[in-house]
Amino acid sequence: MSTVAGLQVDVRQDGPIPLAAAFSCAPGEVLALVGPSGSGKSTILRSIAGTYRPQHGKVSVNGETWLATADGVCLPPHRRAVGMVFQSYALFPHMTAIGNVMAAMGHAPAKEREARARSVLDLVHLAGLEHRRPAELSGGQQQRVAVARALAREPKLLLLDEPFSAVDKATRQRLYREIAVLRRGLNMPVVLVTHDLDEAIMLADRMAVLHRGRTLQTGTPAEVTTRPVSAEVARLVDLRNIFDGRIARYDAQSGRMIIAWAGLEIEAAARADVRTGQAITWVIPDGFVVLHRRDRPSRGEHENPVPGIIEAILPIGQSAHLTLRPNHHPDLPIHYSVPLHVARRNGLEPGVAASVSLLADGIHIMPAPGTAPEDA
Amino acid sequence: MDWTALLLSLRLALLTVLALLPIGILVGRVLAYRQFRGKGLVEALVALPLVLPPTVLGYYLLVAFGAASPIGQIWQTVFGSQLVFTFEGLLVASVIFNLPFAIQPMQRGFETIPADVREAAACCGMSPLEALAKVELPLAWPGILTAMVLSFAHTLGEFGIVLMVGGSIPGETRTIAIAIYDRVQAFDDAAAGQMSSLLLAISLSTIALTYAFSRRIGRRLG
Repeated sequence: MSTVAGLQVDVRQDGPIPLAAAFSCAPGEVLALVGPSGSGKSTILRSIAGTYRPQHGKVSVNGETWLATADGVCLPPHRRAVGMVFQSYALFPHMTAIGNVMAAMGHAPAKEREARARSVLDLVHLAGLEHRRPAELSGGQQQRVAVARALAREPKLLLLDEPFSAVDKATRQRLYREIAVLRRGLNMPVVLVTHDLDEAIMLADRMAVLHRGRTLQTGTPAEVTTRPVSAEVARLVDLRNIFDGRIARYDAQSGRMIIAWAGLEIEAAARADVRTGQAITWVIPDGFVVLHRRDRPSRGEHENPVPGIIEAILPIGQSAHLTLRPNHHPDLPIHYSVPLHVARRNGLEPGVAASVSLLADGIHIMPAPGTAPEDA
Repeated sequence: MDWTALLLSLRLALLTVLALLPIGILVGRVLAYRQFRGKGLVEALVALPLVLPPTVLGYYLLVAFGAASPIGQIWQTVFGSQLVFTFEGLLVASVIFNLPFAIQPMQRGFETIPADVREAAACCGMSPLEALAKVELPLAWPGILTAMVLSFAHTLGEFGIVLMVGGSIPGETRTIAIAIYDRVQAFDDAAAGQMSSLLLAISLSTIALTYAFSRRIGRRLG
């Protein structure tokens, strides 16, 4: 038996819900499982909690095996010390807030339960509402009861299944801050399932991108969202500027690689595992596309300039999302955003000519599938 | 007024409800949560007494319980008495013809509990038995209560099957429903009227109480 601290998961099956997911989560770490609806996130979470049994798999927490299909080990959920917050909270409607919390305290001496439940409710700022039933609590308060109930079991692992999806935006922002504070005091692995990328970036130390039950990439939010391992991951983390190209040459002087992209040469940070002539996919996050400002020209404009025509402008909140059709190849639109006032001051509107720079440091090169050097 | 028949009916109804309570919880819960082959057939069998004429069901029970049948013989060996035309036989028949009235409302009751609430009970560390006692039964309670009242009221009123399996032996198998029929046959309209109105009052008040009670539970669960 291994004695690794934290959570180790490896679940596999061909159907009915295909799974091929492997990841770990250290004590005190928040790992986000991110993916579109139907990507198997919740099924993986339920496999960890024990309410779903995958055909093949291993789940262990702090060296204790909860599931090992090869050895015929599968602990029932009530014997896995797990705290679970359900998407719909799944509070017991016939019990008060404190009743819900005490329901998870079967392990504690009966005399201590009430005092402990009160202190857990204090922790989630619910003091004074102990005797309300779930139907008498707001969505945000119900979510806090659910968190308190999950923690009341003194779990070795906390699982959060889309815990913020059922509350309004203002409440969600407040709950994010509370969870961020709360987690600092928890020395257990926390697995958060979400389809909201921003939520994952905000709350998680690491994230695992899932598609059709497979973990495609695991890394810090910054890594995954700026250095995806494949075009598939790039699309799943909402990167829109994904292009095909070829490595034209390596420029020893600048230490950069030159990508041939639809007749244009683009400089990018070098990568050791691609060679000249190889077909690649490259990606640039919105934030590395810089508008050439008419009111304030800068030296950065020499870096990968791409002139084009603005096709669409979509104001969202205080920023404007722009689509630029490059002059050299209008079928390869570039997406980027600027603050709304910048868009106004520069007279950006559909049909207007504009130029952008693609910052070389932001360009990430990925070998196209099946084109690794050894395959060539 | 045939007080013996009334007491016998009440005793039969009460014992039927007590016997059906565990059966209904067990079968209703399995039908609500489990998917298995032949589930449709089981549900059809459970519902059968609803559509079968009481005399048909009574006839089959009479044959099945008779001294010539295996069930009748086993009963004879174990208890030393026959099953037909006895209170015990009447009780067994009553449990069988009340199966749909007990199982279906309980099944609906268990079905109203969301799957994640049941999973939450397990994730709170409750064993399946604890989860049943602390979460499932309290939440399925309106369905269970309805099932008990329906079975009780239906037993009081059943006529055809009782007559087929039990006959009309005073103090043994003559229920109030049979006694009413008996009085009408004897042109004793006064007694028949008295007993009928009493039965009406009992049935109406039981059902009214249940409705009021389940509405209160509904409000509590919001």
